[in-house]
Amino acid sequence: MAALPPSVASEAVALATPPRSAAEREWVTLLRRLVRRRTALFGAIVVLGVLLAAALAPLVAPFDPLEQDIGQRLKEPGWQDAQGRVHPLGTDHLGRDILSRIVFGARIALVVGLAAVLISGVLGMLIGLLAGYFGGRVDDFLMRLADIQLAFPFILLAIAVIGVLGPSLRNIIIVIGVSSWVVYARVVRGEVLSIREREYVQAAIALGSQNWRVLRHHVLPNTFTPWLVVATLDMARVIVIESALSFLGLGVQPPTPTWGGMLADGRVYLSTAWWLATFPGLAILITVLGINLFGDGLRDTLDPRLKV
Amino acid sequence: MTAYLRRRLWQSLLVLFGVSVVVFLILHLTGDPAALLLPPDATAEDIAKFRTAMGFDDPVAVQYLRFLKGAVRGDFGESLRHGEPAMGLVLERLPATFELAGAGLLIALGLAIPAGIVSAVRRNTSVDYVSTVVALLGQAMPTFWLGIMLILVFSVRLNWLPSSGRGGLEHLILPAITLGLFTTARITRLTRSGMLEVLSQDYVRTARAKGVAEPPVVWKHALKNASIPIVTIVGIELGTLLGGSVITETIFAWPGVGRLSVQAIFNRDYPVVQSAVFLLASTFVIVNFLVDVVYTYLDPRIRFR
Repeated sequence: MAALPPSVASEAVALATPPRSAAEREWVTLLRRLVRRRTALFGAIVVLGVLLAAALAPLVAPFDPLEQDIGQRLKEPGWQDAQGRVHPLGTDHLGRDILSRIVFGARIALVVGLAAVLISGVLGMLIGLLAGYFGGRVDDFLMRLADIQLAFPFILLAIAVIGVLGPSLRNIIIVIGVSSWVVYARVVRGEVLSIREREYVQAAIALGSQNWRVLRHHVLPNTFTPWLVVATLDMARVIVIESALSFLGLGVQPPTPTWGGMLADGRVYLSTAWWLATFPGLAILITVLGINLFGDGLRDTLDPRLKV
Repeated sequence: MTAYLRRRLWQSLLVLFGVSVVVFLILHLTGDPAALLLPPDATAEDIAKFRTAMGFDDPVAVQYLRFLKGAVRGDFGESLRHGEPAMGLVLERLPATFELAGAGLLIALGLAIPAGIVSAVRRNTSVDYVSTVVALLGQAMPTFWLGIMLILVFSVRLNWLPSSGRGGLEHLILPAITLGLFTTARITRLTRSGMLEVLSQDYVRTARAKGVAEPPVVWKHALKNASIPIVTIVGIELGTLLGGSVITETIFAWPGVGRLSVQAIFNRDYPVVQSAVFLLASTFVIVNFLVDVVYTYLDPRIRFR
């Protein structure tokens, strides 16, 4: 058998790789567009970096974050101890390595961020779907609930409730999660209001589909994109709230390192050791900035008309 | 009063009612308010006696009605630490919080609106880039860190401004900047995008085409129309400012409602916590109702909805 001409061979190779589905193609285009926006790319890299640092904390951190060494307390950034080990960001008032504590602190920030966003996101999605789809009294009732939720200065309500329940990782996640649903509900509701009038939904209803079926198969999938954008941007807000609670002493309790807790410790030594309070704050700033830029990019690519 | 405002007033009252339910429930979260209000070393007997005295054995609905009856008169019980009416303590601190929140809002509006307008008019110039970057950083910066860094630079290092307490203008500067920055960033971005949207409208092009000079186009045709979302966000941002005062007041030892509530939580002084939460939430509801009133003047279309 004669060898195939090169063009036919490459065509055969092309045929052999399975054709991409429409959904897959969409994701590839989306990714390409995101990468083209430099700020979004920067945000994505930061977010990825923080995620990796948190996941691989024991490998990334140069020291044990809980290891105290009173002889090495309050040493400035770049300090080298007797064994020649360097503390790149210095040590705190108990001689613990600040960089290692920041790396481990990322774990609390991300766990609280992800868990709380998931709770409030699902809650808000459900409320938004019900309010938008059923309208009328259901809508009125749920939107008044949203107004009541919004009337509270968030951080004050959170510290009041956590003050009563006691600070713990679980309580913090629940309190933030349960009281952050309004943005999701409003955005999803707005989407549903317009989706409900589309022909394919009207057709499904006319064909006798039950409400839950219409909601699940026709409405829900179409609200996912704006939901994702809101969830990304909300994650940044939750991380700031977690660190604010820790700062006030109502977060995850010491000795577990949290960014807010480190800042509160550092505040006491502000006049003698500026690095204690400075670096954990920079960690929050960079993480939140990264998430915001990534979220903005996601919004501009997926749904530029969305206002969040 | 238009039908729209009547409806909004009714809704605001409903929201206030909901606020009172939540504030009532804070004490009942653990199921036993008596154990919460008494010191940790109270005996079971003490708790039982206290529970009967306070009526905590009554049905929850009865307890709520009693709470509501007090709440409408501003009576949230006595502070467990100071032995004075809790609401009185909170009201005493309110002017300080309003002063701080007002100064924060003033800084925010004074910086954000000009910055947003310039950014939009000179889109994609270096002025626009600088203001956008500053706004992005401002939105990402945690309040408490900013406050601490300002103290580090202006109080500890330069010794220019005091780092704590309330007094003259010099005491107000650092806390007001700290509290106002996030709001400044948000309003800057909103003003910029609002102005960009309005500047591309047909009526702006018409005004330019018929030879109206650029300043009146920006100020009269564009800004007036772009101001509606800005007024809305000012109402919403007031919530951010009141909430943010909790953190800012703690950092700068500012004697306001926020610092009082944080202290009250650590002292387990719940009547004070409830009064503070109720008062700040009500302030927010009332201000947002007033924003709606302003709104109907700015945008006549709303009056006929």
